[in-house]
Amino acid sequence: MLCCVCKEKEAKVHLTQIVGDKMQKVDLCEGCAAQKGVNDPAGFSLADLLLGLGATQETEQAAGGGDLKCSNCGFTQADFKKAGRLGCSECYVTFSEGLDGLLKTMHKGTKHMGKVPHALQQSRELSDRLKSLQKKLDKAVTDEDFEQAASMRDEIKATKEKLAALATN
Amino acid sequence: MNLHEFLLSPDESARREGPHNKIVMSSRVRLARNIKGAAFPGWAKKADRIKTLDIVRPAVESLPQMADHFSETMDNLTLLDKNILVERHLISREHAAKNAGSGLVFNREETLCVMINEEDHLRMQALRPGLQLKQAWQAIDQVDSKLEKKLEYAFSPDIGYLTACPTNLGTGIRVSAMLHLPGLVLAEQINQIIQAVNKLGLAVRGLYGEGTEALGNVFQVSNQMTLGEAETDIVERLSKVLSQIIEHEENARGTLLEKKPKTVHNHIGRAYGILANAHSISSKETMNLLSLMRLGVDLGLFPDLDRAPVDELFVITQPNHLQKRYSDKLTAEERDLLRADMLRERLRAVSRPKPKPTPPTGGAEKA
Repeated sequence: MLCCVCKEKEAKVHLTQIVGDKMQKVDLCEGCAAQKGVNDPAGFSLADLLLGLGATQETEQAAGGGDLKCSNCGFTQADFKKAGRLGCSECYVTFSEGLDGLLKTMHKGTKHMGKVPHALQQSRELSDRLKSLQKKLDKAVTDEDFEQAASMRDEIKATKEKLAALATN
Repeated sequence: MNLHEFLLSPDESARREGPHNKIVMSSRVRLARNIKGAAFPGWAKKADRIKTLDIVRPAVESLPQMADHFSETMDNLTLLDKNILVERHLISREHAAKNAGSGLVFNREETLCVMINEEDHLRMQALRPGLQLKQAWQAIDQVDSKLEKKLEYAFSPDIGYLTACPTNLGTGIRVSAMLHLPGLVLAEQINQIIQAVNKLGLAVRGLYGEGTEALGNVFQVSNQMTLGEAETDIVERLSKVLSQIIEHEENARGTLLEKKPKTVHNHIGRAYGILANAHSISSKETMNLLSLMRLGVDLGLFPDLDRAPVDELFVITQPNHLQKRYSDKLTAEERDLLRADMLRERLRAVSRPKPKPTPPTGGAEKA
C-alpha cells in the first residue's frame, strides 16, 4: 500500500478513526508521518486530553500543513497545536478550513443554532426584507404596475435607512 | 471594599433553599463571550488584557443586575482570598491563578458572577440553590442581552459566539448542577450512572470542576457540546437527565435502607462518631464523613439537626476558610487539629443518630 500523502513510498503508519458511523483511514509512510507529527506523541497529547481521543487526527488536520498565521493576532498553527486554543476571534477565519473536521468530532453539529445578538438579528431580518421588497419591485416594473413600484421603492428606501441606522449604532 | 465584608456568611449561604436541594446542591449556567478582534486572554499581552478589562469591567458593573456589587482586579486579591472564592464556587481554579489584567464582579446575593479574562474575555455565570437550571439560564440570558448593547461580541452567524477553545464555540454555554449522591456511591451504582450520563454527551466531574476528585460524594454534571444545539434545548436535555439521576439516587437510598439498614446506619453512625470526637482530621476525610452526616439528616436520623449547618461545615472546614479564621499561617497538621476542634464544638449539641426501627422480617416494609 502506498502512502496517501506522497503516493511514492510504502505506507507504514495506519490510522483509523470512526466518527459516528463513518470510518476514515489514513495510511502514511514514515517520512510523511513524521512530517505530520503523527509519531510524535508529545506533539498532540494536549489536544487529545482537551478534546478526547479521536480528536488527534482532526487537530492534526486543523494544525498541520502549511504555515498559516493569523493576520490579526499573529497566532500560528503550531501555537494551536501546542495550546489547543486559538489566539483571537479572527483565527476562526484564518484556520477555518482545518477546524471544520475538529468541530464535527466535538459538537452536535457545525452550524450555530442558538442565540444571536439582537442587533445582528434585526439587521438580518431587515436584509431579508430588503431582498423580498426588491423582488416585488422588479415584478411590479415588469408588470408595469407603477403605483405598486412606487410604494415598493419608498419601502426599500425606509428599510435601507433603518439598516444604516443600525450599522452606525 | 473588603471582600469578606461583602461575601455572604457561610451560614447565610447554606440556608438558601431551592427545589430538590436534598440532592441538587446548586445549579449554574455560564456563558463564554469575547470581544471582537481582541486577542483571547491566553494569547494577549498584558497591556492588551488590561485594555480589555478596562472596557469590560465598567460595562459589567453598570448592569442593573449588578446594582450592589463587589468588583476587583485579580492582582488586588490575596492568594488566600482567591482560594476562598474557589471554595465558595464563585470562581474557577484557573481564574484564581490570574493576576493583573483579569478581574471579577459579583452581586450581593451571589447569584451572578462575572470572571473577566479567564480563558475567555467574559465568563458570566448565574448561580441558584437547588435545581433551577431554567431560571439560571433566563437570568444569564438577560445579562448577556444587556451586555451585548455595550460590548461588541465576537460572533459568526455560522458558528456562533467565538471562544478561545473550540470546545465552547457556538452558544458558549455550560449548564451544570452540583449533585450530592451518597446513595448511588454506597450502592455502588455510581459508575454505571456516570457511564450512562457520559454516553449522552454530558460530563461528570468532581467538586471543583474539571479534573477534580468527587470529594464528599459531590458530582458536577454538565453539557459538553455547545455548537449545533440551541441553549434552551441544552437546558431541557440536562434537566431531564438530572430528574432521572435524582430518581435513581432516591431509589438507591430507599433500597439501601430497606435491604441493608445496618450498613447505612453503620456508615452514618461512624461518620458522626469520628466527626464529633476526632482531635485531628483532614479536609478530605471531613468532606467524606460530612456527606454521610448529610445523608443521615435526609434520612431523618438526626432529628435535632438541619441540613444547613452540615452544608455550612462543608464550606468552613475547607483549608482556606480555616486559614482565614485564624490569622497565623497554619501548617496542614495545625489545620487538621483546628478543624477537629471546630467539628467537636459544632456537633456538641447534636445527639447521636437514632436508627429507625427496622421492620420485622416478613412484616410491613414501612413503620
